[in-house]
Amino acid sequence: MGDVFVLAEHRRGELREVTLEMLGKGRELAGQLGGQLKAVLLGHGVDAFAKELADQAHEVLVVEDERLENFNSELYQKVLASLLTERKPTLTLIGHTACGMDLAPSLAAELNLPLATDCIGFEFEDGRLLAIREMYGGKLQARVSFLESRISNLESQYMATVRQAAFPLQELEPLGGQIVALDSPLAEEARRKKFIEYVEAAVGEVDITQSEIVVAVGRGIKERENLEIVEKLAEAVGGVLAGSRPVIDAGWLPPERQVGQSGKTVKPKLYIAVGISGASQHLAGMKGSETIVAINKDPNAPIFNVATYGIVDDLFKVVPALTEQLSGA
Amino acid sequence: MDTVVCVKHVPETAEADIVIREDERGIEEKDLTFDINEADNYAVEEALLWKEKFGGSVTVITVGPEDANMTVRMCMAKGADRAIRLDDERFEGSDSYAIAKILHAALKDMDFDVVLTGIQASDDGHGQVGPILAQMLGIPHAASVVETEIIEEGKLARVHRELEGGLHEVVEIELPAVLTIQTGINEPRYASILGIRKATKKEIALSGLDDLGLGEDEVGEAGSKTRLEKLFLPPAGERAQILEGPPQEVSAELIGLLKDKGVI
Ligand SMILES: Cc1cc2nc3c(=O)[nH]c(=O)nc-3n(C[C@H](O)[C@H](O)[C@H](O)COP(=O)(O)OP(=O)(O)OC[C@H]3O[C@@H](n4cnc5c(N)ncnc54)[C@H](O)[C@@H]3O)c2cc1C
Ligand SMILES: Nc1ncnc2c1ncn2[C@@H]1O[C@H](COP(=O)(O)O)[C@@H](O)[C@H]1O
Repeated sequence: MGDVFVLAEHRRGELREVTLEMLGKGRELAGQLGGQLKAVLLGHGVDAFAKELADQAHEVLVVEDERLENFNSELYQKVLASLLTERKPTLTLIGHTACGMDLAPSLAAELNLPLATDCIGFEFEDGRLLAIREMYGGKLQARVSFLESRISNLESQYMATVRQAAFPLQELEPLGGQIVALDSPLAEEARRKKFIEYVEAAVGEVDITQSEIVVAVGRGIKERENLEIVEKLAEAVGGVLAGSRPVIDAGWLPPERQVGQSGKTVKPKLYIAVGISGASQHLAGMKGSETIVAINKDPNAPIFNVATYGIVDDLFKVVPALTEQLSGA
Repeated sequence: MDTVVCVKHVPETAEADIVIREDERGIEEKDLTFDINEADNYAVEEALLWKEKFGGSVTVITVGPEDANMTVRMCMAKGADRAIRLDDERFEGSDSYAIAKILHAALKDMDFDVVLTGIQASDDGHGQVGPILAQMLGIPHAASVVETEIIEEGKLARVHRELEGGLHEVVEIELPAVLTIQTGINEPRYASILGIRKATKKEIALSGLDDLGLGEDEVGEAGSKTRLEKLFLPPAGERAQILEGPPQEVSAELIGLLKDKGVI
């Protein structure tokens, strides 16, 4: 068949961007596989999303059910298992998000499908689909193949979760797809897992997204006591101090100072990364910065792939020198 | 409250030089130091906190080579009661699905209230094993957990799942369940010297393919659904302009560049 299905992700009345990114890439892949691109939309009162998706897909399959108002992996898995078994798309794409991470592995296991997670690229080799993904915190990449199911003789079916922002949004010609309403296969409420509520991140003292200069410190700082030298740099350069996740996990800086996928997204004029390796989840929160400076002793640290200027040296030597000269100037 | 924690012995690679193996399907491990996967360390702590509060036991389990004894022993030094290592040369090449299958074979006849895994392993970054294991065990799961509350032992827990941008989602989940633990959920303890000394004498139960009652075609590459074909260096994009020289000189150069750009 060659169809590509893309699961639409939405939360609190908003379609999440990864959905459109996947549809852009999905259109290309469906072309290569000789099939159609279909958006799969589960939810309650989601007509507006269906219309938006119709522009970007050959067909939008909508399952309307009030039990699907908020994401619940138990219910999503039930609906998708039934849908994918019936319609057998060649490839199903799901965002590598908190939702996708909760849903895709168990769904793929239930359906016996090979799954590649957090994919940043796809390739074909002799007509075979391959996924590209990062390993070792972004220091290496891997080409991964999907093995044919030995259990059934059915047509090959694969599943992949797609990294957010890996595929840029493109201006594509509208497809004007049909919106197809499907009956909900859900017979009952969720039994084993219930959504209760959302809890907002606490608002802290400082809003790092408002600063034109952000100085972020990572695990390379080693000890809480050492944070001071980076704090001084931030002061000298007139910026705000932020951190990567391990620094926040350790309690050395409050949560509102975390930059990254699960923290804040910042786009300052200047971002200085000190002792930060540059894992994808960190980059997600800062790669839109205008000028990026990275100080890291490892020349192969992925942060140097997004930085404008790099200093490959011991931060304990560079940071004080930089602070001193900034203060003197 | 009986908890099983799946822990992976992983290489530290953030600061180390990584060398791709000749067959391009793995890395040279001999010069790397290994330790417990970061998220798994938080999972172990969560289990130990429950044990302190509710009583019961903590079992750690790993699929890994003899070296992984170090990781599970450290868990016992911190207070885990029991350790199991699953190892067999036929496990080589297992993807997440096959690893989950191996863990499932060991867990399926065990009694537990909760199985914990890390949200993802720092080496492969799959984030798959926990939810697949739950599917195989036929129990519910929640991924990316940053807060837990046991409402009724053996019956119900309320957990916070971390979503994007600092938002959390609260869900209630029936027990037994698999929870995948995100870093930062607690403050992992260090093992005491006495704990370490005691742990060196403790036994680590070892099982292989036959003990687990699995067939050769269920594990390793034969039992996997994906295959790592080739590792390579990320394509060199627009790399940073690297400033070279002693700290004083690079600092002056950098300040000059930033001033020219008008960012400072
Ligand atoms: C679902 C999910 C969400 C996540 N969300 C986020 C997020 O929002 N934000 C985030 O930051 N991370 C996030 N992470 C974690 C992320 O994957 C990385 O683990 C984290 O970003 C690593 O932080 P780091 O670079 O500070 O530490 P490491 O990766 O340990 O890097 C430390 C760096 O310091 C360098 N260094 C050490 N000593 C020195 C020295 N003396 N001088 C100079 N350099 C030195 C090392 O070379 C190394 O590159 C998330 C992970 C997951 C799974
Ligand atoms: N070889 C292994 N032995 C024990 N647990 C594992 C193993 N591999 C993965 N896990 C568990 O599954 C989690 C997710 O791993 P992964 O799916 O590989 O990213 C890890 O944090 C561990 O808790």
